[in-house]
Amino acid sequence: MRRIMVGVKRVVDYNVRVRVKPDNTGVVTEGVKMSINPFDEIALEEALRIKEKGLADEVLAVGIGPADAQQQLRTALAMGADRAILVQTDATVPPLSVARIFRQLIDKEQPLLVLLGKQAIDDDNGQAPQMLAALWDRPQAVSCSKVEIADGKATVTREVDAGLEVLEVDLPAVLSVDLRLNEPRYVKLPDIMKAKKKPLDTMSLGDFGVSEAPAFRTVRVEPPPQRSKGVMVKDVAELVDALKKKGLV
Amino acid sequence: MSKILIVAEHDGARLNASTSKCVSCAAKIPGASVDVLVLAVDGAAVAAQAAALAGVSRVLVAENAANVEPLAAVLAPQLAKLAAGYTHVFGPSTTFGKDLMPRVAALLGVGQVTDIMAVEGAHSFKRPIYAGNAVLTVEVPADATVVATVRVASFEAAPQGGSAAIEKVDVSSVALPSHTRFVSRSGATTGRPDLQSATRVVAGGRALGSADGFKIIYSLADRMGAAVGASRAAVDAGYVPNDLQIGQTGKIIAPELYIAIGISGAIQHMTGIKDARTIVAINKDGEAPIFEAADIGLVGDLFAIVPEIEKQLGG
Repeated sequence: MRRIMVGVKRVVDYNVRVRVKPDNTGVVTEGVKMSINPFDEIALEEALRIKEKGLADEVLAVGIGPADAQQQLRTALAMGADRAILVQTDATVPPLSVARIFRQLIDKEQPLLVLLGKQAIDDDNGQAPQMLAALWDRPQAVSCSKVEIADGKATVTREVDAGLEVLEVDLPAVLSVDLRLNEPRYVKLPDIMKAKKKPLDTMSLGDFGVSEAPAFRTVRVEPPPQRSKGVMVKDVAELVDALKKKGLV
Repeated sequence: MSKILIVAEHDGARLNASTSKCVSCAAKIPGASVDVLVLAVDGAAVAAQAAALAGVSRVLVAENAANVEPLAAVLAPQLAKLAAGYTHVFGPSTTFGKDLMPRVAALLGVGQVTDIMAVEGAHSFKRPIYAGNAVLTVEVPADATVVATVRVASFEAAPQGGSAAIEKVDVSSVALPSHTRFVSRSGATTGRPDLQSATRVVAGGRALGSADGFKIIYSLADRMGAAVGASRAAVDAGYVPNDLQIGQTGKIIAPELYIAIGISGAIQHMTGIKDARTIVAINKDGEAPIFEAADIGLVGDLFAIVPEIEKQLGG
């Protein structure tokens, strides 16, 4: 079976303006809208398109998170994933542990391709795909904006600081996806009903021998320094004058 | 004492300015000795530039024909091997470092600190999370190698004036994979200043309306000797190429002057510009969130305002 594994992380929705908790232990997540990490949604969409082209047989969505992360996995199933696995934990799982969990799932699932978001928009780490590729000793392509699969290889276009880079990688491989790869589909109501019947298995960190202890200690979370309030100018003459006074032009 | 190894970013001939920012970050760790590693085919020119950075003790050069392109899968095993004996391994938080460093961390079996924006101690660092809407202070266990990427916009370039020793190192015993192959790279060679290191940046958003509309941004930037940037919306709309994108998933910049034209100021954009010394916002919507962060704001029609600025700046 030609299988694609996709990571699906539950995160604070990208439209939410996050606030730091008054005790500086984290950010407020209670009563806040949660969604699939936008990059993961793009990864899932790409997996579905590859399958729809007849280049894969099954799309497996994997989430690591609290019981409520089932909601995001159900959404993934409604989008078209065939089955899902939730590795359930209330702990914050660091990227290296995420990679170790995926590495063990790979042994069992033998995927052709692993598609992951290039970063999660909560912790902004951007590490898990590269770490997984290292542990698996397989190719990685980070920040993909185009993916073509043929003859046991993937030709990928990556967004890099200098512009665009094209790599050819042997499969299996880990690809991390960027924003412009595709536009994820909307979920239709009948698909949500159908998704309820699709398999969603639950596992635990213990199944992978991964501890709940954090890799790093969180010392403090604080709001960023605020910029002081600026001035409004009424026209271009005032603007140019202000820039000249600051010695900027 | 901290022994820090920094992996140099370069194009085979020139050392990228990001490396110098990493040196400055490393120098904030008290009593640290700082070495720079050049992985290249022929590393002499790049090594000489690294050796001239103040604060660098040694420059290590590992030459191998496989290092012709910066493929993470090829560079990571060499870097991981040479990391032995170092307490810290740093790379820049550019697309080069973001690709490479997590792979190195995993090979070393340790976590990674992404985007160091401030050094609190040898094992304690500040980094942005939630698109910069919160700042996290993390502490790495004292017995673990600190693998990290450095948020280059948070540090000044290291001054010149160094005279580090240059030493060749041999990592030819490290097995390198052939499963990842470079095909091509296409980029803007515009002759304009580089977005990530420019002192002035003029950026445009969706309000420019088209690639043609964006011409007034290029024109003003050229008049000012500035780099050109863009919001994600402008890139998504196809007005400009992806390498101009500023923000959470694009480039993080810290110019002396940033002029945002027709950019509303989504939080994902703001995280890319908040270290700019002076922010100027020009937008037709006086309620646009960009004005909350702007030092100088001007409300009006950008197609009238931008050419007028150029005119008033004179020739």
